Amino acid sequence: MALVLNEEQTLLNETAAQFFQEQVPISNLRKLRDDNDAFGIDRNIWKECANLGFAGVLISETYGGSSFGPIGLGLILEQSGKTLSATPFVSTVLLCGTAIQLAGNSTQRQEYLPAIAAGERICALALEERAHHNPTHIETTAIQTENGFTLNGTKTFVLDGHIADQLIVAARTSGATTDQHGITLFLVPAKSDGVSIERMQMADSRNAAKVTLTNVTVSDADVLGSVDGGSDVLDPVLDMGRIGLAAETLGLIQEVFDQTVAYLKERKQFGEVIGSFQALKHRAATMFAEIEVCRSIVLEALSALEEQRNDVPHLASLAKAKLGEVSRLVTNEGLQMHGGVGMTDEFDLGLFMKRARVAAATLGDANFHRDRYATLSNY
Amino acid sequence: MSTLEAFRKETRDWLEENCPQSMRTPMGENEEPWGGKNPTWTNPDSKVWLDNMASRGWTAPTWPKEYGGGGLSKAEAKILAEELRAIKARPALMSFGIWMLGPALLEFASEEQKLKYLPQIVRGEIRWCQGYSEPGAGSDLAGLQTSAEDKGDHYLVNGQKIWTSYANYADWIFCLVRTDKSVKHNGISFLLIDMETKGVETRPIKLISGSSPFCETFLTDVTVPKENLVGELNKGWTIAKRLLQHEREMISGMGLGGSSSGSGGKPENLAKKYSGEKDGKVADAALRDTITRHKMDGHGFLLTLQRSAAETKAGQNTGAASSMFKYYGTELNKRRFEILLETMGTNGLGWEGDQFSQAELDTTRSWLRSKGNSIEGGTTEVQLNIIAKRVLGLPD
Repeated sequence: MALVLNEEQTLLNETAAQFFQEQVPISNLRKLRDDNDAFGIDRNIWKECANLGFAGVLISETYGGSSFGPIGLGLILEQSGKTLSATPFVSTVLLCGTAIQLAGNSTQRQEYLPAIAAGERICALALEERAHHNPTHIETTAIQTENGFTLNGTKTFVLDGHIADQLIVAARTSGATTDQHGITLFLVPAKSDGVSIERMQMADSRNAAKVTLTNVTVSDADVLGSVDGGSDVLDPVLDMGRIGLAAETLGLIQEVFDQTVAYLKERKQFGEVIGSFQALKHRAATMFAEIEVCRSIVLEALSALEEQRNDVPHLASLAKAKLGEVSRLVTNEGLQMHGGVGMTDEFDLGLFMKRARVAAATLGDANFHRDRYATLSNY
Repeated sequence: MSTLEAFRKETRDWLEENCPQSMRTPMGENEEPWGGKNPTWTNPDSKVWLDNMASRGWTAPTWPKEYGGGGLSKAEAKILAEELRAIKARPALMSFGIWMLGPALLEFASEEQKLKYLPQIVRGEIRWCQGYSEPGAGSDLAGLQTSAEDKGDHYLVNGQKIWTSYANYADWIFCLVRTDKSVKHNGISFLLIDMETKGVETRPIKLISGSSPFCETFLTDVTVPKENLVGELNKGWTIAKRLLQHEREMISGMGLGGSSSGSGGKPENLAKKYSGEKDGKVADAALRDTITRHKMDGHGFLLTLQRSAAETKAGQNTGAASSMFKYYGTELNKRRFEILLETMGTNGLGWEGDQFSQAELDTTRSWLRSKGNSIEGGTTEVQLNIIAKRVLGLPD
């Protein structure tokens, strides 16, 4: 397990920390929200992320990427989690970038990967169809025609869907609604005829959309990977997303905890700082222990990705479940320990809590991943 | 061949010749090699194995040779441990002398004391027990009252110790005693006492599990030579803290569910056996989820121990103190047994008799024993206090 950072990684970590703190502080997200910004992200900032090599972190140098690899990815996301930076990282880099890298033919790779790495193209994975993550429950149909396919169906919670240039749509080409086999991925330009996209306003003020496909026609060349073999691509793609979200959540948890401990040392009641009360001390110490465990899990999951080990699915579920649970604990406790001020919109804690819940629900909540972990462990 | 490779080969050959075959099988009940003046050798090979290992100082591989240790480097000791594991060798010696007292003596004792006590420990000739807690000094250990009065050429010790593990079998006891009543922490000294001395009495305490691993030890007008004081007078608390750190690390390993008897096996397999299986899964979905929560925490805890080791090796401060491991590991172990009980239903609640398998009966007893994990070696609450103070910097 590569648990200690090397020199290059340490430097990247510092660069990322500085960038997000200075260029994309929480006030950035707050402004997007308060201005009701139609775009929901700051595109210039995303361009700068790309200039620093962040957008191309998983893309090989052949396609203009920076090849920092999964450990580098984890560092960037952890730092971005600390300031709740709104970027299309999950949709474009983790999900779509990985899918194209894994399953794309050379034409598709050449077309999309350099544009993603340059921060010029935003892509969204249109997968979910119901309130709970279920990557094999696909009712959206793709009927074969003479020159390609016709797509029909409705997708929900498509991250960055309303600002995407490009969609990757999971549709059923064969089998029953919940079969693992028979799902196919299609590259669909967001502006295609029959594609209707409506923004979903989520509690975390980040981007998601409902995508309706009505007789959308695509050609054979738009199939990503093999027909009916979409799940084989989706599994590693979703695990990349889950581990990335866990890394982002780790940063979020750490930030909330640090702020809470600082508050415990500063806030006075009954003539004493409240951090001297054992009722609060023990809860803070308990959280510290849980966060240490979270950090170990995230590092191990990133290492498994880096080393292309076969326990990636196991660790992705462990990371997603555990970080989801601990983010709930730490944001709830953080708010309670801050008292009334934690309830105010002016204070940042609420923003962290909202993001924590949306991130926890994205790509499978803790229940989903405990079930998956158990299944992968043969019980 | 590198020196280490040569060492590995030499070690392997030596073990092949000197580790009796019966010592390469799982240890049976009552076969634990505790040594001491009146040892019980259920299997005579245990004695042979101990003597062979002790002759090379390998019961304490990294202790210096002049004190009877193996004088091995860390890398060599690691190789020895690997080779021992490879042949599934039993421990040659189980000893509080090696795990706890020895490291403290190496750090704090006089040259004379080291030469006297350490070689005996290595050879398993003296069995030690620990005299720390008292009826009135548990979590507040530094409030201990057992006194050692200066009588010129000796100390006169009076008081009562409790939770002295296996004191009824021990030859000597290392004790915390009060040598100054006017101050708290700075009035404690570290004293070694021969349990054959007049005035030392010990009585086992029966626990809820039915077994008696702990004792009460009474010290009434016990005469102790002054040369038995370790370290400086009134500086015993420093030694005590160091020893507690070793103890915490030992206990926290339990959270990983070792292979000791009564550990009960994997909950998920037991769940399939006792409550049913459907399509290869534990049929009871609620139980399956409970087991998975616990397994995930155990998985994360194991990774944290590994990370801490890697960080220590790289010379980085771990941030996660031994207190965090002690807290998390023991709470995990307690939870594990609760889950085993839930999993086994009434079969996990048998007390004795032929209606239950030995494994089932062991589970009941081990479940009860596990309750002590978060009390002994510093309670969970004390560990949380330490984390709050030392790691988080929260004020008193």
